[in-house]
Amino acid sequence: MSTATAEHGHEGQGHDAHGHHEPQNFFLKYFWSTDHKIIGMQYLFTGLAMAVVGGFAVYAFRMQLAFPGMSVPGWGRVTATDYNALVTTHGSVMIFWVAMPVLIAALGNYLIPLMIGCDDMVFPRLNRLSYQLFLLSIVVLFMSFYAQGGGFGGAWTSYPPLAAKAEYNLTPAGAPLWLLAVALEFAAFLLGGINFVTTVMNSRAPGMKMFDIPMVIWMIIIASIMFMASVGPLVAGAVMLFFDQTLGTGFFDPNQGGDPVLWQHLFWFFGHPEVYVVLLPAMGIVAEVVTTFARKKLFAYKTVLYTAVGTGVLGFFVWAHHQFIAGIDPRMANIFSVTTLLISIPVAEMCFVYIATLYGGSIRLTTPMLWALAFIGEFLIGGVTGIFLGASGADIYFHDTYFVIAHFHYTFFPIAFIAVFAAMTYWFPKMFGRYMNEAWGKVHFWGTIIPFNFIFIPLFLLGARGDHRRIYDYTHFPDLMKPGMQDLRILATLALVTLLAFQLVFVVNFFLSMFRGKKAEANPWKANTLEWVAPSPPPHGNFPEGLPNVYRGPYEFSHPDRQEDYWPQNVAS
Amino acid sequence: MSMARPIATTRSATGISTGKLAVWWLIASEIVIFGGVLGSYVMHRLGHPEWADQAANTNTWAGAFNTLVLLTSSLAAVLAHNAAEMKDGKKAAKFLWLTILGALVFLVVKSWEWSTEIHHGFTITSHTFWSFYYTAAGIHGLHVIIGAIIMAVIAVDAAKGKDLQRVEAVGLYWHFVDIVWIFLFPLLYIAK
Amino acid sequence: MIDQYVPNASSFAGQIDELILLITAIVGFWWLLAEGVFFWLIIKFNAQEGVKAQYVSGENAKEKRWVSMPHYATLVFDVIIMIFAVKAWQEVKQTMPQADSTVRVIAQQWAWTFVHPGPDNLLDTPDDIRLVDELHVEKGKTYHFELQSRDVLHSFSVPVFRLKQDIVPGRTIRGWFKPTMTGGFDIQCTEICGIGHGFMPARILVHTPEEFQNWQQAKSPAQAALPTPAEQMGGMK
Repeated sequence: MSTATAEHGHEGQGHDAHGHHEPQNFFLKYFWSTDHKIIGMQYLFTGLAMAVVGGFAVYAFRMQLAFPGMSVPGWGRVTATDYNALVTTHGSVMIFWVAMPVLIAALGNYLIPLMIGCDDMVFPRLNRLSYQLFLLSIVVLFMSFYAQGGGFGGAWTSYPPLAAKAEYNLTPAGAPLWLLAVALEFAAFLLGGINFVTTVMNSRAPGMKMFDIPMVIWMIIIASIMFMASVGPLVAGAVMLFFDQTLGTGFFDPNQGGDPVLWQHLFWFFGHPEVYVVLLPAMGIVAEVVTTFARKKLFAYKTVLYTAVGTGVLGFFVWAHHQFIAGIDPRMANIFSVTTLLISIPVAEMCFVYIATLYGGSIRLTTPMLWALAFIGEFLIGGVTGIFLGASGADIYFHDTYFVIAHFHYTFFPIAFIAVFAAMTYWFPKMFGRYMNEAWGKVHFWGTIIPFNFIFIPLFLLGARGDHRRIYDYTHFPDLMKPGMQDLRILATLALVTLLAFQLVFVVNFFLSMFRGKKAEANPWKANTLEWVAPSPPPHGNFPEGLPNVYRGPYEFSHPDRQEDYWPQNVAS
Repeated sequence: MSMARPIATTRSATGISTGKLAVWWLIASEIVIFGGVLGSYVMHRLGHPEWADQAANTNTWAGAFNTLVLLTSSLAAVLAHNAAEMKDGKKAAKFLWLTILGALVFLVVKSWEWSTEIHHGFTITSHTFWSFYYTAAGIHGLHVIIGAIIMAVIAVDAAKGKDLQRVEAVGLYWHFVDIVWIFLFPLLYIAK
Repeated sequence: MIDQYVPNASSFAGQIDELILLITAIVGFWWLLAEGVFFWLIIKFNAQEGVKAQYVSGENAKEKRWVSMPHYATLVFDVIIMIFAVKAWQEVKQTMPQADSTVRVIAQQWAWTFVHPGPDNLLDTPDDIRLVDELHVEKGKTYHFELQSRDVLHSFSVPVFRLKQDIVPGRTIRGWFKPTMTGGFDIQCTEICGIGHGFMPARILVHTPEEFQNWQQAKSPAQAALPTPAEQMGGMK
């Protein structure tokens, strides 16, 4: 972690040399720090490391789908048990241990104090505890992989009775450990969320009014509140399911008077808002990047904010669209179909606003801007295909097919990767005081975006032709082995391998730029928000020249009264 | 690395102290946790009127006594807050210890109740009613224990006149724990 | 659209296909429009030397109509989709036309048992025909089905019928279909049900009336090898 440079200037102070001289200090500084920036980095690097785990899992099971029965390089033969465990691992790791820590925890921790102009979070030690709990959840997760009987294979939704009874899932230790890991992760983010919300409510720079808060901060806060409001029932459900697994209670077991569908309600009451919990910060990142590189004021700031709140509220009334055919009262499906289609309105409006922001701009296609624009372009596909699934009648056919998988990857991949790459390339100069290499950044961009579409367009087609999810081997289904179908599966897998290979470009570029990149000044993109007032990288305490005051909104680009095309929030006139 | 509090902690754009604000958010997130347990339980009870036969075996008197104990302890927490407002740390600590005493009495009664019930064969696995009974009351009991520990830490500090603003924050939390019980008591004991 | 790849073989499959086509047309149009405008703006407003960006707050009504008009259009088209979605849904899930026959589908880890009523057309009688992983039906007849599970959640999916319904242990979930095309088609389990989830294929065979009669005659002697109804129900609640 090159944050070693944080307090020691940039010159040749690699962390190794530093750590070698003051080992104890090194540990305290990077593993026991209460500095929000270090905790943010810890979350970022841990989240990215977990992305490798999730990426490896998908590589292994996609290889099995494309070439059934082959010995996958790096894994070996994928058995049916392996397959289910890999699918479960991919899903839960990517959502709980990649999207959440990177989008909420890493960005929230790193950006909130910097962007609202204060020196740290209000509860620095709570913050450290949050990361430690998160790390513990990962340890427990890894224990579940190697537990006797193997890792949990009941999908990330963990539906009982399959998830509840070892006699059904055959992973007596893997299932409860997996659940425990998820619960610990929730606890970590609850602590983090309380810290974020309190910090933004109370500790903004003097003069920073409600509508002067940068959009990404608003989005992280709305997302944190949504998380806090939605996760409770699932925490309760997790305790109940854990007791079903370990003590033999029957909360979700019909033979003991319980109800398996109850879990689905508890799960999706959290699970659907969770989509918006990760979507909103991604939307916030895009707002920052698009305005900066279009040199434009954000179009209709308040509208964006209200649509975000609207999405947040409406997001609590759509959960049962995951359960249209789960055995709920069919009349309920109509209600949830209506609410689900209605939520397309605020989300679509957010996209319209970003597109409208481009109008009249002076657009610079730097790497972060490319990522932000790609987010809009790709997310639109995810958005419109959601209509097929929200429409109850059509969902009968598409439910639990690859169409669903392609749909939510067109939302989640832009969220968890495209927007995150936008964020990392955009804030990289701030984090490490150096630019990332643009040329390699663009190679990585095209090497990710093109294969991404070649993975999921085939999956849309396969889903429309009836490919159902979580199937180890399609050769047993004559209707799914018609000419061309296996070719599509192979195409998707090859595109995936290409995409994964191009991530190496990013990793190399990231670490090389961290130590060798061109030096960056405090405000390399000529942006307005307060983090660009602090030196790059910001020292402990963030603003060595005194905490800033705020005089205007965050997006005053190209103001007609100004010579320069930007007007930082902290400049008095 | 200094443990000095950041300037951020001292700011208060809302006019509410950060500690209190955080406790409110904590309570908000706890409400939905208990909401999840109790909501699930209520749905089951509505669908299974026959669970009343199981509920008949709970000890309403013990539950009522515990309700009284918790309410009294909440009163002590209020008095502790009043004393803290007066900057009387010693008195605040005294009332906090009284609140903790209430928590301990509650826990003792609870464990007596549970051991009697388990002795009579009503264990967590014997019926889904009992699963809910032990789970809901168990999660609540955990909050009582955690609350008592936090209050003890704060009482020790308060006696030295340190961090008196925390007395109010922990009091808020304690009222919340109390209110949860006010919901649990009728749902688990009285509904028969 | 879908029927080019997956034949539509039930009375309501056509309606669902039409719904999917309608949604494709509506969202396809809006998607193309949005992406078109998006790319056009990127090209049109690419940074040029000496040209400053415009200062537009987007807060007044005149500017805002660029997003509010599409906003209302979204609402209108949402309502259209809702109407057709709910209509299709009601046809499949909320109506129960008079049945000509009833079959029982019993799912377990990891196989299907299909109970056909036999010549007397009644379930739970000695002439029931119980088959593993094979469901036989007659073209043009309306069937009710009863879904039961012996262990975990499963889901009964027949893509050519555009039919899918989860199976919940402890309950009997009912529904209907009317096959309109003869032939053999896949039945899938579409809810993850353990390590054998991928190995639960079954076939539905839609016969002409004569074929069906012949099949029924050939099969109707009791299937000694399979469990009797009493044993079958033993494990169930």
